[in-house]
Amino acid sequence: MATAHAHYYVPDASRWPILTTISIFVIFYGGALTLNHHSIGPITLGVGFLSLFAMLFGWFGDVIRESEGGRYGHWEDVSFRMGMMWFIFSEVMFFAAFFGALFYSRVLSVEWLSGAGAKAATHEFLWPHFLADWPLLTLPRDYGFTLAKDVIPAWGLPALNTAILLTSGGTVTWAHWGLKVNKRAHLIVGLAFTVALGALFVYLQAGEYHHAYTELGLTLNSGIYGATFFLLTGFHGFHVTLGTIMLAVILFRAMRGHFTEEHHFAFEAVAWYWHFVDVVWIGLFIFVYWL
Amino acid sequence: MSEAAAHHDAHHEHHATGMMRWLTTTNHKDIGTMYLIFSLIMFFIGGSMAMIIRLELFQPGLQFVNPQFFNSMTTMHALVMIFGAVMPAWTGFANWLVPLMIGAPDMALPRLNNWSFWILPFAFSLLLGTLFMPGGAPAGGWTMYPPLVLQTGEAFPFLIFAVHFMGASSIAGAINIIATVFNMRAPGMTLMKLPLFVWTWIITAFLLIASIPVLAGAVTMLLTDKFFGTSFFSAAGGGDPVMFQHIFWFFGHPEVYILILPAFGIASAIIPTFARKPLFGYSSMVYAAAAIAFLSFIVWAHHMFTVGMPLAGELFFMYATVLIAVPTGVKVFNWVATMWQGSMTFETPMLFAIAFVVLFTIGGFSGLMLGVTPVDFQYHDTYFVVAHFHYVLVTGAIYSLIAGTYFWLPKMTGHMYDEKLGKLHFWLSTISVNVLFFPQHFLGLAGMPRRIPDYAVQFADWNMVSSIGGFVFGASQLLFVIGIVKCIRGGEKATAQVWEGAHGLEWTLPSPAPYHTFSEPPPAASIEGGMR
Repeated sequence: MATAHAHYYVPDASRWPILTTISIFVIFYGGALTLNHHSIGPITLGVGFLSLFAMLFGWFGDVIRESEGGRYGHWEDVSFRMGMMWFIFSEVMFFAAFFGALFYSRVLSVEWLSGAGAKAATHEFLWPHFLADWPLLTLPRDYGFTLAKDVIPAWGLPALNTAILLTSGGTVTWAHWGLKVNKRAHLIVGLAFTVALGALFVYLQAGEYHHAYTELGLTLNSGIYGATFFLLTGFHGFHVTLGTIMLAVILFRAMRGHFTEEHHFAFEAVAWYWHFVDVVWIGLFIFVYWL
Repeated sequence: MSEAAAHHDAHHEHHATGMMRWLTTTNHKDIGTMYLIFSLIMFFIGGSMAMIIRLELFQPGLQFVNPQFFNSMTTMHALVMIFGAVMPAWTGFANWLVPLMIGAPDMALPRLNNWSFWILPFAFSLLLGTLFMPGGAPAGGWTMYPPLVLQTGEAFPFLIFAVHFMGASSIAGAINIIATVFNMRAPGMTLMKLPLFVWTWIITAFLLIASIPVLAGAVTMLLTDKFFGTSFFSAAGGGDPVMFQHIFWFFGHPEVYILILPAFGIASAIIPTFARKPLFGYSSMVYAAAAIAFLSFIVWAHHMFTVGMPLAGELFFMYATVLIAVPTGVKVFNWVATMWQGSMTFETPMLFAIAFVVLFTIGGFSGLMLGVTPVDFQYHDTYFVVAHFHYVLVTGAIYSLIAGTYFWLPKMTGHMYDEKLGKLHFWLSTISVNVLFFPQHFLGLAGMPRRIPDYAVQFADWNMVSSIGGFVFGASQLLFVIGIVKCIRGGEKATAQVWEGAHGLEWTLPSPAPYHTFSEPPPAASIEGGMR
């Protein structure tokens, strides 16, 4: 496993990491000021995001130039693969926290509030009229919440979105086949389809949110169902958006003639990421929408 | 490729100078140094907060600070010490030592490495800035339990974002160490030849990657509960405040092993060196560390025995917790067996390492007591808990860090530290730390609650003793800084080997280790393996 890395590429000093840190710091600072209702908050936040985009452009630009300049051999490639793999694992654990919250509330806290197990007193003394139900539309306390009339049924738009994401997983793999035999048109068409399907997914999801907020009354403030629904699907949608942007960058690079049959880690990293959001969606579809 | 690399090496000797060198560096030794200095600064900031706590607790009644500020001090002391002092110190040692120990030219992802360090000063300015905000710094405890923490003032979003930010740093650092160890070992450096510091760090890195994102999720839910109307932790909307405790401790228990596993690695490097014997039971040390890491994910609810869990939960988490004593016992046994019939000398690193073994074991025993559900009902949230985790963290993690500093400082600076000063530091620290924390066991068993600025008069005597120990311990740490500064500025020249009994690749390099090391992998013959 470990041989001949005498010429492992150790990059020169770089200003991108510290500048990226400063941008993120400005974002957090601006975000916190915004939440505390300081008028300077939103502007700070905007400046932070703009500079973050600029920094990422510079940082990834350096990496792309080094990659296209042939600086990365086998060992660098393995490092990148391990980095991406474990980054995706950390993302899985991030979603695990929210899935944990979903299962805990559905199986335990909602049941306990209606007196299950040894929690008869909880029920009796907190909200004696509360009955457990899922999806939870009637909440223990009957004021201070936006009560939802209904939830999004699984076999409408969510099923369509499932089909879209699964298809996009197929098209990105199809594009990879094209890349591996150096059929550029095949690669570009496959990627273009994938980007389009990703964008369509986000568009439909946004429409679903609009429907939930304006017609169903299902909001972040609709109790534990709304909270788990919007944070799970919201963070997933955010990841799909990021994935689509990353795929678009890969598409753009493919059109510029980047990548070779053997050397295309960036493509694979984005494809892994795309499969990861796909798998998370399957979990969401089953546990949030369907069951 | 080789031409590019050759050009690169030649070019590399002229690294940036002045401030820009440190801001933009991709060198693992520079970054390691910055981590260690940052950690030392945080150790003193967190330590000053501890001094304020002990000052207020010197006598019953309220003398110096108001209760809100006292609560901020306990909260911030914990956050600063855990995320600012101990964790960055481990990453700093990993940066310095992992490439040297495995014969790699640098860390696998050098720019990411710079990023993960430079996040920290910015994350901590978000956190420490809250001390000057309306409503004061966070005061609901470092565990951030809702609903209390949701009453935090303007500091609240800064607290959450600071946790997100330092979490990103930890994950990036962990990924880097995993990629380095699995990809960049010199030929012949098989996994079972890795020094134990490297082994314990890989296991720590997996714990970080699996647990820190869960913390990020938990604090995100706090943020949306406070600002966006969600009811994750509000029973009125079907959620549960206890759910936060479950999610938090799913992170929190692996976290305590993140703080201590690298300490095991350092003890396993120092004790064989000064006992002049190979480490006893190398492979059992590796498996024990892995077993501890695995168990750390299924014991979280022992932090919440009194919260009203179902009986089956109480029993499961008690048995799982007590089980951890087995692999930990293996480790303590192995350290003792390593010293058995060794030709021991007692230089400062060895003194701290032996004190680590003894005092960490005391902390482990009190942990066992706390792990037993029925008795935990008495100990929960008392000073007994405070005594327990300070034995494992101060005389465990911090002692090991100090031992490691004295042990490898000659390799980093090229000079020997002042041995007399080091010994003085050791004896003053070790006596005072026991005066500081041992009486807290008595206070806890007698029923003194933690996190309260005032107490009943029957607790007065031991609190005064504890505070005196605290002040002496705090002052003794200035000797540590003096020792480090003296060692950086000069002193007796260190040899490459530094310690007579030292084994491992880092001791084959000159002292101080050159800016770039192992650009060519070391010969396989120089790899003796972690058995030594």
